[in-house]
Amino acid sequence: MKPNLSWKKIKGWSLFLPVVALLLVMMVNIVYDAVNGNNPLSFFVITLQQTTSNGTILYGRIIDILNRGSEAAILAIGMTLVVSSSAGTDISVGSVMSLCASFCCMLLAGYGVSSTTTLAVPLIVGVLGGLLMGAVCGMFNGTLVAYFRIQPMVATLILFSAARAIGLLLCNDLIVYVRNPSYAAFGAFMGIFPTPFVITAICVAITMVILKKSALGMYIQSVGINDKASRIAGLNSKRIIFLTYVICGLFAGIAGIVNSSRITSADSNNIGLYLEMDAILAVALGGNSLGGGKFNLAGSIIGAYTIQAITTTLYALGVSAAQAPVFKAVIVILIVAIQSEPVRNFFKKQSAAKHVKGVA
Amino acid sequence: MEDNVVLTARGITMFFPGVKALEDVNFTLRKGEIHALMGENGAGKSTLIKCLTGINDFDAGEIHIDGIEGPVKNHSTRDAQNVGISTVYQEVNLCPNLSVAENLFIGREPMTKFHTIDRKSYNKRSQAIMDELGISVDVTLNLENYSLAIQQMVAIARAVDMDCKVLILDEPTSSLDDEEVEKLFVLMRRLRDKGVGIIFVTHFLEQVYEVCDRITVLRDGHFVGEYSVEELPRVKLVAAMMGKDLDDLAEIKKEGAATASNNPIEIRARGLSHTGTVKPFDLDIHKGEVVGIAGLLGSGRSELARAIYGADKANTGSLEVDGKEVKINQPIDAMNLGMGMLPDDRKAEGIIADLSVRENIILALQARQGMFKPLSRAKQEELADEYIKLLQIKTSSKETLIKQLSGGNQQKVILARWLATNPDFLILDEPTRGIDIGTKSEIQKLIVKLAGEGKSILFISSEISEMLRTCSRMAIMRDGEKVGELDKDLTQENVMKAIAGGENNNEA
Amino acid sequence: MKNGKVRLNGHTILLLITIALFVVLYASGCIVYGSKGFTHLQTFCNILITNAGLICVACGLTCVMLTAGIDISVGALIAMDCMMLAVGMQKGIGAVPMIILVLIVGVVFGAFQGYLVGYLGIQPFIVTMAGMFFCRGMTAVICTDQVSITEKINPTFYKWANTKVVIPFGGYVNNKGKYLAPYVRPGVIVALLVLVVIFIMLRNTKFGRSLYAVGGNAQSATMMGLNVKMIRMKAHILSSVLCSIGGICYCLNTMAGSVSQATGLEMDAISSAVIGGTLLTGGVGNVFGTFFGVLINGTISSIVKTNGKLASSWPNILTAALLFVFIVIQSAFAAIRERSKK
Repeated sequence: MKPNLSWKKIKGWSLFLPVVALLLVMMVNIVYDAVNGNNPLSFFVITLQQTTSNGTILYGRIIDILNRGSEAAILAIGMTLVVSSSAGTDISVGSVMSLCASFCCMLLAGYGVSSTTTLAVPLIVGVLGGLLMGAVCGMFNGTLVAYFRIQPMVATLILFSAARAIGLLLCNDLIVYVRNPSYAAFGAFMGIFPTPFVITAICVAITMVILKKSALGMYIQSVGINDKASRIAGLNSKRIIFLTYVICGLFAGIAGIVNSSRITSADSNNIGLYLEMDAILAVALGGNSLGGGKFNLAGSIIGAYTIQAITTTLYALGVSAAQAPVFKAVIVILIVAIQSEPVRNFFKKQSAAKHVKGVA
Repeated sequence: MEDNVVLTARGITMFFPGVKALEDVNFTLRKGEIHALMGENGAGKSTLIKCLTGINDFDAGEIHIDGIEGPVKNHSTRDAQNVGISTVYQEVNLCPNLSVAENLFIGREPMTKFHTIDRKSYNKRSQAIMDELGISVDVTLNLENYSLAIQQMVAIARAVDMDCKVLILDEPTSSLDDEEVEKLFVLMRRLRDKGVGIIFVTHFLEQVYEVCDRITVLRDGHFVGEYSVEELPRVKLVAAMMGKDLDDLAEIKKEGAATASNNPIEIRARGLSHTGTVKPFDLDIHKGEVVGIAGLLGSGRSELARAIYGADKANTGSLEVDGKEVKINQPIDAMNLGMGMLPDDRKAEGIIADLSVRENIILALQARQGMFKPLSRAKQEELADEYIKLLQIKTSSKETLIKQLSGGNQQKVILARWLATNPDFLILDEPTRGIDIGTKSEIQKLIVKLAGEGKSILFISSEISEMLRTCSRMAIMRDGEKVGELDKDLTQENVMKAIAGGENNNEA
Repeated sequence: MKNGKVRLNGHTILLLITIALFVVLYASGCIVYGSKGFTHLQTFCNILITNAGLICVACGLTCVMLTAGIDISVGALIAMDCMMLAVGMQKGIGAVPMIILVLIVGVVFGAFQGYLVGYLGIQPFIVTMAGMFFCRGMTAVICTDQVSITEKINPTFYKWANTKVVIPFGGYVNNKGKYLAPYVRPGVIVALLVLVVIFIMLRNTKFGRSLYAVGGNAQSATMMGLNVKMIRMKAHILSSVLCSIGGICYCLNTMAGSVSQATGLEMDAISSAVIGGTLLTGGVGNVFGTFFGVLINGTISSIVKTNGKLASSWPNILTAALLFVFIVIQSAFAAIRERSKK
């Protein structure tokens, strides 16, 4: 009986799903490397490397995952809160990323300029502009969802199709290049660490501190679980839902600027493409119910990096970037199918039947 | 089986996990009668109906239906329909976006030879059905174009057209106005005359006496009795529903109750109302006073409290708290004025199921303090411990999710939530519903104790006896209207008479 | 308003607004760009030709949306269909077997998605998002390069693609004095056929009406004895099959398969349906409105293209703005209805 009990405890652990997924990915890597005669642990190897552009930096597959997975992780923070409070997803984040990046680059380069090495306005103005744009988009979504009571997916569909196009318009239909080292810094390396990862860590830390040091976390969960009861207990449900969308938009802005800084340009058509799907997937993989309520931020972050690990692993296995979504699709379906009620009931019945047999 | 009986249920017993929802309940329905099924909240009316319609699986007992050999056990609403039992609920179970005719025929449409729907034929048949039942509608228009009353009637027409012998009407009148109710009754009488047996569930006494032939009363999952309408006047009916026998709880002393009415006024409501639920009312509540609201379910007793608290924003009237005119738009406004409300529907409006006992206790206090002034973890735990001890909440730990607690303990947690805010005025809407006797008396004692501390309390309950023990004054509600107040001669009988109303109803 | 009929039906008004909007848009296009040939019937025909695939897809999507569902896998499914057609024909398989194969894939794919939505009760958005990933990825698995269908590879398919179905009226004489008769492509005929069939199906068959019932109130539909799970599944099958038919029409236009084909087409289809009066909450809408939604989208693109100077992102922005307006109007209507009931 005893091992059974502890197994239950492990299964009940809130990070069970994302950690197991991550471990699975690591195992695939180890097996693959071993089969190919490489060092089986090469997945975990981190070395210091000299580069011409960034100086001495950390290098390794894990570092690459932490670097590349940053945008999805940043988006996953906001998405987690939105899912928790409104039981819906914000599908506009990828598009909003693109808009924020475009707006930021347009400010930095000046309207209509397609390539620049000198900044038209101080860097901080451009960055704050980008973030502000994100927050404004969040307000738009939040107003529609919280005050007009439109389903989240439908409400965010509007910016999903418009934001990218508006960004393109701001950039005068061009790809705006900001070839200035100060702008490129967000996507480069800070000391030996990749800057995007550092930014993600800061974002996560700030969010965690706010959730810890204010009652926001409890408010969001409370509204997501039972908004009527929350209202009677004195919470302003609408304002809280609105707030989560603004936060989500803000993080989309940060992710957009990071992504644009990597390529020192605002490529409206490609920044954040399909990234909303990764963010939603990260939330689900993190063990959060897409039906709202309790959330687990750490799970979502691990989920986001797990997705990047899957992608990186697939590339290592020789799967092309375009083919990788097939595997993502299979993973999504497996996760949601296992969590679905009929399947859970089926397993419950099975185990109950086993139990009865055992007793008899 | 007697000749004219269409349905008999004998000894129906049903358990929900840990609770006996129905115990040895009998019910007999005859051809061509309208039979009221009466009882207060938790009496087992809806459970019984669900047993008849196959939604619930009862544990013991038998159901017999005229023309069918042996006992019948339904497993779905479809089964029930096949043996001739149709149900029309308060929430109309039709599709508002389809035409009246489609709603009558969906799933069994007549077809043309091209395998398409024969719209002409079913429109014609639908119109004939509606005309026959005396309902004037254009069957080709979408259902949503019609009032709820008409929608109810369409639902009934669908049920009748599917050859039902037993028609169950589950609170069909709660959202209808008088004129619409009258129309519905005309239809019900017409069906009765055609030989349909109708089970009518309602909480409006007037309607029972207007349209029903017989009454079966349930209380706490038990069968109380079956009566003909003539032999059961209003007061007796109320008594049967509420139970006359005083339970053997320790008598609670109402110390200082007499002086409370001399205390300054805490709450003064003038002409407060909420459209559609409660008509304008006046109410004064003094400091340290426990005021009860007596009335049947649906009489507006909860709605009155909700209008004061801002749970449903009042449409008219004014409210003074502590002598100052105030405007309450939403619950938080009321809380900031020192109010608290324990709502009657614990599951829907009370507990936050997936949060812990600790979080549920501190929620209201935290909400009043504001988002950026969080209670420290230590303070939260201190509060939780304090109230778990004070109210003797049985929970394995303060971090247990509230949904894992029993109903009574959940209720205590919600009570703790409000006590933690140290309110001056507390509304308790059915705080003892579905709670064991021991906890009930604890809560009653607590109410008196709180009043002794100078807090004002508005106490709503469907058990008159517990209000008698705790309240110094009672407001009487009937059909959404405050019809009076009782402050002396507070006896079971007087209160029941007041609730039942109907002066011309001579006492038997 | 409590007794008797409500005279103004919100849905009818919305449909009328949509049609009026199309007329105004098209008329203003004619007035402003008359000199650029916007007034010729061929402009309208071109809108139809370009959007033949979209019409089929939007019809299917409308059926799913009627059940309060959604299908965002359609764009990716079209890419996969085109790639299958292109690669298959390159391998020497005939046009007809390939088309049958594509339709079968549509049925299987739809059945799988429908099973997950209907029987496992998973949110349609999540299921079809996975479906979208799957199809996009599979497209790349089939072939990562762009594959063109030329006359050499499959003359039959090539001939279909280049067939002109001439319309006997509405032609004009060009500046060289030659009479140009307006024409459409076979894809348009297919699309219009689909439109009519689905229109009749939704109006006059048991299945069609049950879609409305499920979207109107799924619980009531169950209580009235409909098999809601099965109906949801069938709706997804229908959507995927119509999407495959749309994919074939689309391929007749592009004559190629490539991984990035038809990106964002699902959003065009959704916005067409919404602008055409289909409620995302289900139960209301018809393909007639959706058709006008597609036409509005097409007219906006056509105007922007004719202008030649406007940025390419304007159609997207304008469509989104329309979507916004219509969603807000819909929610306002819903709020009014709710209030009038109380």
